Amino acid sequence: MESLMEYGEYIYSVPSKFAFELSLVAFAVWMWKKNLAESNSTRKMTDQEKAQILANFTPEPLCDDIPEDHYALNPRIVSGRIGKRITVNGKDCLNMATNNFLGLSDRPDSNEKATKALRNYGVGSCGPRGFYGTADVHLELESRLAKFMGVEEACLYSYGFSAISSAIPSYSKNHDVIFADEQVNFAIQQGITGSRSTVYYFKHNDPNDLERLLRAQDERDRKDPKKAKNVRRFLIIEGIYMNTGTLVNLREIVKLRAKYKCRLFLDETISFGVLGATGKGVREHFGVPNSEIDLIASTLEHSISSYGGFLCGSSFLMEHQRLCGLAYCFSASLPPLQAVVTLTHLDVVSEDPEIMEKLRENCKKMQNMLMEGLTHLRTDSHPLSPVKVLVLSEAEDRVVAEEKLNAIVTFAENHGVALTVFRRLPKEELLEHPPSIKLTVSSLLTESDMKSVVEVLNEACSQL
Amino acid sequence: MGRKATDERIILDSSIQYQQQRQSEKNGFDELSRGDLKYLREGHFPEDDFEPIPWLMYYATIFSYFVLYVFGTLRDVTRRLGLEKVRSQIEEHRKGYPALYKSFDAFYTRNIYRPIRDCWNLPLLSVPGATITLRDRTSDNYNWTFRYLPTKTTYVNLGSYNYLGFAENEGDCADQVEKCLESNGYSLCSSRHELGTHAEHREVESILASFLGVDEAIVIGMGFATNSTNIPTLVGPGCLIISDELNHASLCLGCKLSGAVTRKFKHNDMRHLEKVLERAVCYGQPKTQEPWKKILIIVEGIYSMEGTIIDLPRVIALKKKYKAYLYLDEAHSIGALGPNGRGVVDYYGADPNDVDLLMGTFTKSFGAAGGYIAGKRSLVNYIRATSFSFAYAASMAPPVARQIIASCRQIMSTSEGEQRLKTLARNTRYFRKRLKQMGFIIYGNDDSPVVPLMLYLPSKIAAFVRDLMDEKIATVGVGYPATPLTESRVRFCLSAAHTREMLDMTLECIDKVGDRLHLKQSVRNRNTSEEILY
Repeated sequence: MESLMEYGEYIYSVPSKFAFELSLVAFAVWMWKKNLAESNSTRKMTDQEKAQILANFTPEPLCDDIPEDHYALNPRIVSGRIGKRITVNGKDCLNMATNNFLGLSDRPDSNEKATKALRNYGVGSCGPRGFYGTADVHLELESRLAKFMGVEEACLYSYGFSAISSAIPSYSKNHDVIFADEQVNFAIQQGITGSRSTVYYFKHNDPNDLERLLRAQDERDRKDPKKAKNVRRFLIIEGIYMNTGTLVNLREIVKLRAKYKCRLFLDETISFGVLGATGKGVREHFGVPNSEIDLIASTLEHSISSYGGFLCGSSFLMEHQRLCGLAYCFSASLPPLQAVVTLTHLDVVSEDPEIMEKLRENCKKMQNMLMEGLTHLRTDSHPLSPVKVLVLSEAEDRVVAEEKLNAIVTFAENHGVALTVFRRLPKEELLEHPPSIKLTVSSLLTESDMKSVVEVLNEACSQL
Repeated sequence: MGRKATDERIILDSSIQYQQQRQSEKNGFDELSRGDLKYLREGHFPEDDFEPIPWLMYYATIFSYFVLYVFGTLRDVTRRLGLEKVRSQIEEHRKGYPALYKSFDAFYTRNIYRPIRDCWNLPLLSVPGATITLRDRTSDNYNWTFRYLPTKTTYVNLGSYNYLGFAENEGDCADQVEKCLESNGYSLCSSRHELGTHAEHREVESILASFLGVDEAIVIGMGFATNSTNIPTLVGPGCLIISDELNHASLCLGCKLSGAVTRKFKHNDMRHLEKVLERAVCYGQPKTQEPWKKILIIVEGIYSMEGTIIDLPRVIALKKKYKAYLYLDEAHSIGALGPNGRGVVDYYGADPNDVDLLMGTFTKSFGAAGGYIAGKRSLVNYIRATSFSFAYAASMAPPVARQIIASCRQIMSTSEGEQRLKTLARNTRYFRKRLKQMGFIIYGNDDSPVVPLMLYLPSKIAAFVRDLMDEKIATVGVGYPATPLTESRVRFCLSAAHTREMLDMTLECIDKVGDRLHLKQSVRNRNTSEEILY
């Protein structure tokens, strides 16, 4: 009763506020009426009208036509085993296109072990991890990966693409905020879309721009401190960016992470098994402690030359992944024979870290040769990156540039060097990327191999 | 000639009439004309069966969750007071940050899932065939951590999706895979769009297209990703997805990533599907009322938690009537259904070209890994060019592709393959009938090799799985969140590799355990003296 009196007094004292409240009520009533009217109108449609609408309904075709000469419809066919050499369309070429950085894709001992696993487990595991799909080799591989990476626990996925894209939505929810580098790879972009979080992209490898965004977030949080208490912040970066071949500015970013209380997710798709004395990736390369990074994701399909992907970090995070990582829980596990191949390759790398040293050596040499030797192409990739992204040095129209690059790849293939144009889906990507050639370096290459590659590239360019 | 053809016609017509009559009796659904169902295969199609939960069971289940909640809270209090050791992981180095997980999830994991965690994730030491060898393990701290023992035990395997028994480490398929490993290696380290298209992919795609009876097919390295990376290429903003409410997580993720609006219809309820379709076509997009750009219906062949089979002829009829497109996920049904093993399309004798996109996985019936999409040439070519997996993810490993080729060939053209299909069908019917005769509540379709047996009470999951483990039978218990809260169940997956002796032994044990746990809750009339023939 008293409160009612108070309210009466309040109306009397602040008429403008009261008018506003009244208008709100009026608005609510109006909306309700409108909704009611709408739902009435939906009920009123007669069968005849419905038939009429159905007859007039012409949906778009399910898909667009793809021109017959599209590259995906006319793929180059690889046959036999791949290694330093690769057989493309029946021609033997030097392999400068697959992500087989450490040259592990053609080892007789791995083959032998894979065969042995085949004779024990068969091919498929016929079930997800929870339902009799966890082979002992999966567990062994997970603890081996954790040891290799120097973290508490690792979580194995059956597909490299699915690891990071499944991890992001399992932690970051729709009211959270993600800060990501604008050049992040497509799997990360999918993960971010799946999380439905608010996302801010900062300029590629630019800590200042990141700080600007973080400050703006602080500003927003200050306005609504109650809500801000529950807003988690995630920072997502790559070690070596697949899209550009550039190395992350990890030290600066780690500082900002601590300052603005973000959790850091690091994708080491390219850098795992490449950087650091023992192959742990950029973390080891920069000497950043484990506590700075919450989650590391990588694939086993590149330097390790096997199949699948993994996440690793503290047990606190991994345990959650095992119950909430969609692609972990609801997908069949990795075929055990592929887990065995991975185990073998991890042993090779741990026993002989020299091959990584050799790879880094080759990356640097290749970079030098490309920088100095190339006439019509250039690269902005980092010297230590095994992926070199080559673009035409003179800006061209997109279509013309693509044609030119295709011609270079074809010419190189005819001259015994297998290359590939960097394939992306421009419609789906966050940024527009200039057409480029993706050249990969492996530890198996000799100096003369690399020289010949530069020669072939130059020759191809001069033919254009 | 006349006589025979007419006879067949009459049989076919009467079977269709019978089907329609039965269906319309069931739910008053008689709007589809006979012409719409013209390709129904002859024969008897059993219906999906959902015996309702007995009311006493329902309240007992709710009560048992209440007890679990009370005790969970109590234990949380004792943990907070320091009377019980806290074993949960704690996040380090992140003090003062917003908590990473919601508290309810953690409560459920800590207090309900943890005590029965020993029923899952047992490490496999052998091929997941008719029998399975698992590493023994024990826990010294009530399932917080496990200690692996040096011993191992062999169980009859009713848990793996090995429908046709192709999980083998010897025989023709394994020999071919070994040869393939020798000549093609184990990895390609590249995507299909770059330099990862191997001759083996060509072969597997062409053989698969002819197996499914369509123009073309593509294969992708992971079954889950086949859904989640390809649905977004087909639909986008302004499009509508109509999805069965029980669709698999990968399909839901694909829908979410696509940016299209998703509406659900009741599980396998064709009247509701029609209602949703009609509404969508007549009223268009919300707010603008513009017509939808395209409408895509997404359904599965066999539902892996319910054991139901989709009513495909009616879905096709509705799809045609309302000019929608159809995406059919045959993850569990390919190989497991139909006289030729071509999945649910084959089961009903439908035309595969009436389904716009046929999707399936190789993890189950084929004993391999990965997934496929098949359909008309223009459509498959479109996916070839725009699939995220083709552009960004690794291509399928050659030995995996070889396993698919070998098993597919065997199903298509050998008597052994035919034998596998027949054995699976026979095992399925026999096993389901026997369980129903015993008085268990069994969900799903009599022809579905996925057999869910209802337990209802969450604590019975562990009791049932552990009891059968003691009898050397491996099964899968499923509870919340994979099923509704009150519908915990145990699931058996039948295989062509199971022999009659194995099934009889298993049934005997289930009978015994069922009595002990009071699981024979069915109130249906049943003839207990009738002998069920194998």
